Amino acid sequence: MVSAVTDAHGHGKDRGQDHGHDHHGPAKGWRRWLYATNHKDIGTMYLVFSGLMFFIGGTMALVIRSELFTPGLQFVAPNVFNQMTTMHALIMVFGAVMPAFVGLANWMIPMMIGAPDMALPRMNNWSFWILPAAFSILMSTLFMPGGAPAGGWTMYPPLVLQTGDAFPFLIFSVHLMGLSSIMGAINVIVTIINMRTPEMSLLKMPMFVWTWLITAYLLIAVMPVLAGAVTMLLTDQFFGTSFFLAAGGGDPVMFQHIFWFFGHPEVYIMILPAFGVVSEIIPTFARKPLFGHDSMVYAASSIAFLSFIVWAHHMFTVGMPLTGQLFFMFATMLIAVPTGVKVFNWTATMWKGAMTFETPMLFSLAFLFLFTIGGFSGLMLAVVSSDIQYHDSYFVVAHFHYVLVPGSIFGIMAAVYYWLPKWTGHMYNEKLGQVHFWLSTIFVNVTFFPMHFLGLAGMPRRIPDYSTQFTDFNSIASIGAIGFGISQLLFVYIVVQCVRKRGSRASDTVWENPKGLEWTVPSPAPYHTFTQPPHVGAGAAFS
Amino acid sequence: MPGANSLALRLLAMALGMFGFGFLVLPPLYSVFCEITGLGGKTNQTAAVVAEAPDQGRSVKLEFVTAVNAYAPWEFHAGSDGMEITPGALYDTTFVAKNLANRSKIAQAVPSVAPQQAAKYFKKLECFCFTTQEFAAGEVKQMPVRFIVDSDLPAHIDTITLSYTFFDTERVSDASADLSHETAHERHSIH
Ligand code: HEM
Ligand SMILES: [Cu+2]
Repeated sequence: MVSAVTDAHGHGKDRGQDHGHDHHGPAKGWRRWLYATNHKDIGTMYLVFSGLMFFIGGTMALVIRSELFTPGLQFVAPNVFNQMTTMHALIMVFGAVMPAFVGLANWMIPMMIGAPDMALPRMNNWSFWILPAAFSILMSTLFMPGGAPAGGWTMYPPLVLQTGDAFPFLIFSVHLMGLSSIMGAINVIVTIINMRTPEMSLLKMPMFVWTWLITAYLLIAVMPVLAGAVTMLLTDQFFGTSFFLAAGGGDPVMFQHIFWFFGHPEVYIMILPAFGVVSEIIPTFARKPLFGHDSMVYAASSIAFLSFIVWAHHMFTVGMPLTGQLFFMFATMLIAVPTGVKVFNWTATMWKGAMTFETPMLFSLAFLFLFTIGGFSGLMLAVVSSDIQYHDSYFVVAHFHYVLVPGSIFGIMAAVYYWLPKWTGHMYNEKLGQVHFWLSTIFVNVTFFPMHFLGLAGMPRRIPDYSTQFTDFNSIASIGAIGFGISQLLFVYIVVQCVRKRGSRASDTVWENPKGLEWTVPSPAPYHTFTQPPHVGAGAAFS
Repeated sequence: MPGANSLALRLLAMALGMFGFGFLVLPPLYSVFCEITGLGGKTNQTAAVVAEAPDQGRSVKLEFVTAVNAYAPWEFHAGSDGMEITPGALYDTTFVAKNLANRSKIAQAVPSVAPQQAAKYFKKLECFCFTTQEFAAGEVKQMPVRFIVDSDLPAHIDTITLSYTFFDTERVSDASADLSHETAHERHSIH
C-alpha cells in the first residue's frame, strides 16, 4: 500500500510544469479551476455547482408550487408545467444531490483516510467539467421548439418519444451525467482501496468513507444500465428499433423494468452518503463513539444489496402476477430491517451522551426524525394492496420528498456546517445557522406534510390543475415551499460570510474532541495534506 | 493489492459490462422470460398447432376489446360482442378495420389476454396479428382469428378478455402527416 501512495504521488511529476505549483499552492486565476487536479479545488467546484443547480431546480419547484397555489390555470400553460416537473427532478437528482455528495467525497475522503489527493486527479478534473456541459445541454432544451422534456424524469416511453427537438439532447445529457458519475465513482473506489494510510484497515475506515465506497459500487453497477435504457430510447426514435414499441414487437413496460433496476439503487445512491455524514456528526456532538460501527457497515452493505431486488415496487400497477407482487413487497419491506438497524444505532449513540446542539447536530437530528417518516411512508407504499391506491398520487410525492429533502439535502447541509470551518479556517455564524435550521425544518414540514393528505384524498401527481376540495392543503404546501426557498438564501449568506472569513477563527479540531484524521490537519486545511501517510493515532481512533 | 491503474481499468470493465447487460442482455432475456411465463398477457406470435379436445360441459365467456393507438388512422372493432366457448374446441371469429387515411397504410395489431394466467392457454392457429396488414386508402378489411383455448385452462377462470391494439407501423413523426389539421395542432401543444 505504501507503494501505491508513492505511485499516486508520481502523478505530480507527469504534470511537468504544474509540478512546481502543485506543491506550493494553487495556480492563479481561471487556470486553477479549469485545469484543477487538486481534490479540494475539485470538491469546491462540485459543491458550488451543486448549489447553483439547487437554486435553478428550486426556482422550477416554485413555478410548480405557484401554479398549484389555487385550482385553475394561473401562471403557466400545462405543457410548461410538465416541463417544470420533469426538469426540476432531473436537475435536483443529477445536478444538485449527486454532485454535492461527490463534492463532499472529494474534499473529505482523502483527508479522512490520510491520502494526499484522489487517486486519479486528471480523471477527477474531467468528471467535474463534464457536468456543466451536460446541464447546459439539458437546460438549453427549455428554449427549443417543442420545449424541454415534459414526460417526467422517469422518461417512460411511448410518452417520452413525443418530446420535441429536445429529445436527443435529453438523451445525450443523461449519457454525460452518467459518464461523470461513473468516472467519479471509479476515482472514489481506487482512492479508498489504494491510498489509505497503511494503518487504516477497511473496518477502521470512518462511516462516511464506508458509505461512499458502497455508493460508488452502486453507481458503477447501475449508471451504465440507465445509459443502456436511454440509448434504447434513442435507437427506437431514430434508428428503427422497437425495444419499447409494441407495434414492432417491443414492450413499453420493459423500459420501466430497466429504468427502475437503475432507479431504486439510485435512490440509495442519494441517501447512503447522507447516512455516512450523520454517522460522523452524531458521535461528535453526543461525545460518544458511534454505536455499532461494524453493524453499520453490514447494514449499509445489505441495503445496497437489497436495493437490486426491489425495483418493481415502482410498478405494482402495470400488471404483475401475485407471486411477483408478493416477492417485491416482502423484499422491499426487508430493507426496513437494515435501515432500522441504522436508526437504532444513531439513537443508541446519543443515549446518555453529553449532547450539544450546534447546527450540524440539529440538521442530523432532523434528518433522523424526518427521514424516518419518509421510511414509514415508503413502507406503506411497499404494501401492494395500498400502493395500488397511492401510486402516482401526491402520497408518493410526499414520500420521496421526505427522504430526499430532510434526508439527502439535510445530510448535505449538516456536512457543510460540520466541515466548513475546516475548509475555511473560520466558524460560520452559529446563531444564523440555527435560524436557518429552524426555518428549513419548519417549512419543509409545512411543504411536504400536507401532501400525504392530498395523496390519500386522491390528488394525482404531475397535474397543473386540481379539483377544489384539494385547495387548502395545496395552498399550505405552496406557502411552505416559498418559505423554504427563501430560507435557503440565508444558507448562501452564511456560507459566503464564512468563506469571506467573517467568523471567529476555527481551531484545528473545530469541535470538542472530534474523531477522524481530518481534524489533525490545520484549519483551514492546507492546499496539500498528508503528503506523508499519517499514523492512525489515539486522536483518530474509531471504535 | 492491484495498482491504481489496474483497479481503475477493472472498474471501467465492470461499468462497460453493466452497459452491455442493460443494452444487450436484458431485452432478449425479458422477451424469453415473458414468453415462457406468459407474463404481460402476451400470446403466441406465430401459428400454434393444437389438436381439438373439447372439454364438454365447461363454458367460458370470451370478451373482445379493440383499441387504436394514438394517431393511427383506423376504425377498428370486433365482429361480435363476445362469445361463449368450450375449452378445447376450435373457433373462428372476425375483426373489422377501416383505413381512414387517404393513402395506403400498414397496420400491426398487438394482442393481449387478460387475466394474464389465461394468456398461455389461449392458442391462436391463425391471426391477422401474425403479420402486418396493408390497407389501401379507405379500405375496409374483415380479418379472421382461429383459436383454441386449451382445456387445461385453470378452473377458476370463467371469463377471458382478448384485446387487440392497432398500431401504425410508421413512426409517430411520419404518421402525424395523416392527422387532420386540428389534431396535429393539438399534438403540437402537448409538447
Ligand atoms: C424504507 C425505505 C423505503 C421504502 C420501503 C420505499 C418504498 C417506495 C415505494 C414502494 C415507492 C413507489 C411508490 C409508487 O410509485 O407507487 C417509492 C417511490 C420513491 N421513493 Fe422510496 N422507499 C424507501 C426509501 C427511499 C429513499 C431512501 C429514497 C431516496 C433518498 C426514496 C426515493 C423515492 C423516490 C424518488 C420515489 C418516486 C419515484 C418516482 O416515481 O418518480 N425512497 N418508494
Ligand atoms: Cu424504490
